[in-house]
Amino acid sequence: MDKFTKITGVAAPMPLINIDTDMIIPKLFLKTIKRSGLGVNLFDEMRYDDDRNERPDFVLNKPAYRNTEVLVAGDNFGCGSSREHAPWAIKDFGIRCVISTSFADIFFSNCFKNGILPIVMPKEVVDVLLKDAEKGENARMSVDLEAQTVTTSDGEVFPFEVDSFKKHCLLEGLDDIGQTMNKIAAIDGFEAKASVERPWV
Amino acid sequence: MSPTTLYDKIWDAHVADETADGTCLLYIDRHLVHEVTSPQAFEGLRMAGRKVRSPDKTIAVPDHNVPTTPDRVNGIENEQSRIQVEALDKNARDFGIHYYPVDDIRQGIVHIVGPEQGWTLPGMTVVCGDSHTATHGAFGSLAHGIGTSEVEHVLATQTLIQKKSKNMKVEITGKLLPGVTAKDITLSVIGHTGTAGGTGYVIEYCGEAIRDLSMEGRMTVCNMAIEGGARAGLIAPDQKTFDYVMGRPHAPKGAQWEAALTWWKTLYSDDDAAWDQVITIKAEDIAPVVTWGTSPEDVLPITANVPAPSDFEGGKVEAVERALDYMDLTPGTPLTEVEIDTVFIGSCTNGRIEDLRAAAGILKGRKIKEGMRAMIVPGSGLVRAQAEEEGLAEIFLAAGFEWRLAGCSMCLAMNPDQLEPGERCAATSNRNFEGRQGRGGRTHLVSPIMAAAAAITGRLTDVREML
Repeated sequence: MDKFTKITGVAAPMPLINIDTDMIIPKLFLKTIKRSGLGVNLFDEMRYDDDRNERPDFVLNKPAYRNTEVLVAGDNFGCGSSREHAPWAIKDFGIRCVISTSFADIFFSNCFKNGILPIVMPKEVVDVLLKDAEKGENARMSVDLEAQTVTTSDGEVFPFEVDSFKKHCLLEGLDDIGQTMNKIAAIDGFEAKASVERPWV
Repeated sequence: MSPTTLYDKIWDAHVADETADGTCLLYIDRHLVHEVTSPQAFEGLRMAGRKVRSPDKTIAVPDHNVPTTPDRVNGIENEQSRIQVEALDKNARDFGIHYYPVDDIRQGIVHIVGPEQGWTLPGMTVVCGDSHTATHGAFGSLAHGIGTSEVEHVLATQTLIQKKSKNMKVEITGKLLPGVTAKDITLSVIGHTGTAGGTGYVIEYCGEAIRDLSMEGRMTVCNMAIEGGARAGLIAPDQKTFDYVMGRPHAPKGAQWEAALTWWKTLYSDDDAAWDQVITIKAEDIAPVVTWGTSPEDVLPITANVPAPSDFEGGKVEAVERALDYMDLTPGTPLTEVEIDTVFIGSCTNGRIEDLRAAAGILKGRKIKEGMRAMIVPGSGLVRAQAEEEGLAEIFLAAGFEWRLAGCSMCLAMNPDQLEPGERCAATSNRNFEGRQGRGGRTHLVSPIMAAAAAITGRLTDVREML
């Protein structure tokens, strides 16, 4: 997995609440058997009209936001399905960090498996960051995972919380399976005990 | 011992390892797999030279992509869909996991097949690369959706890296009124909590109205826990649960059944257990409901009018403006005047035999409106066979419905069953998101009897007029 340490880049505002996984990556694109190449279809139905032309008023189509690395979004981002295609598409587009007041549980977890940092901030902070993001490409936001801070283009600094284990994995780019494989003895032990206690499983 | 909830008990019984910060390895008893969210996980195993740790606990079935028309015996026309299903065929064979291929009568939607075959049992941990895994919580099993990276993790290690969620109790007191169903309960709860209200929680549904539900109804309730943002929904097992499970192909038998039953009977929340949040709703306050917008929280009784953006606050105002525009609805319009052109009865929410019986009860002796496109997609081949045996299929066909083969179908429209732009559907599925049933399609979520009523009149309809 790619490491996430610190990024400084363009932040795009998407204040709409309840942006769901069908919006992030419509089902049409779930038929792939690969993880790559989904960035072009990120937010597909919002981004393109029926003739596949870009909708000029969609934020990521605007010249200032074509190289977006941070997405500042409305409440409950990523609700809906468990499709990991959603973070795959976000990452493939070039976005490494999403900031919102809340995230859907499965989407939130999926981000960490793909080197994307989802940050939960209080409403008043998200509002400040949305305003900052509206300034476009000359205003760059910084996200520092080690220090757990988001810094606006004006230098205003906001701290954020992150699970210590997830932080460690992102900073080091650690693969979950590799780490769990180091605990195989514990799993073996659990299975031996469970096969006596609940043999029907 | 301090009092605990049902969730606490199942959790504690499955922790294989815990670190100081509370990060746990949760052991997984059943891993359900379908064709859309698994190919990359199996590929990951191959690349790392890993095996499936517990193939006997891993069950695969294709459902999302499969056509539901009889010609599917000739193969899947869409190349990408065919490749995904073929990949699942190959992966199931190569890794030696249980498998129900498209031409097996037991094939169906993974969340219907699991319980039907007795894979889902009380007190288990059940995961699947699909958010509606919450369905299995109806058995008092801790069941939730996972992403593809986690699918690979479970395949390789039979565990998940998890932290414990908070406990929420949702109690539905008293008895439901006529025409009100499990679907109306679960939609009303989401209307109450919002789609993010359950975030960070596992919900236990309880109360007289939940106890009174059949296992099918309980599955409908738990299925949509995810739509309220919860990691999982649970219902404590009782005699109905045990009766449903007993005798199923993969349920325990003989002495093992007795041992299992002894443990299952301990699976309930203690009277004085601590809850992080409690919500109580009176069953008699729940009406037949319908969604008007593009979020499952956009729920109103069928007797209500389309709301206006000004009825809301904060970010919801813009979201409602967008939703009304997408749904092409005018504030103040009675919901019963909203005309529809399509009806879909099926999905892991409402594709079980009881749902079909309920719909048939409304459709018997009636015809759908001329020009209406209406389809019933049973949740599994066995549900389909049972409905044919009970004479339900004849009722559907006589009413003018199409009678399809099992699959996810128009719930997420990955197969050819899709809405055209601007089409409006009364659907028994679980999501009314923009484009969910097809780009530009408009979805109103309802119960099976409400869907049947709408098919007859051609508009959203209060089914109580037809009881």
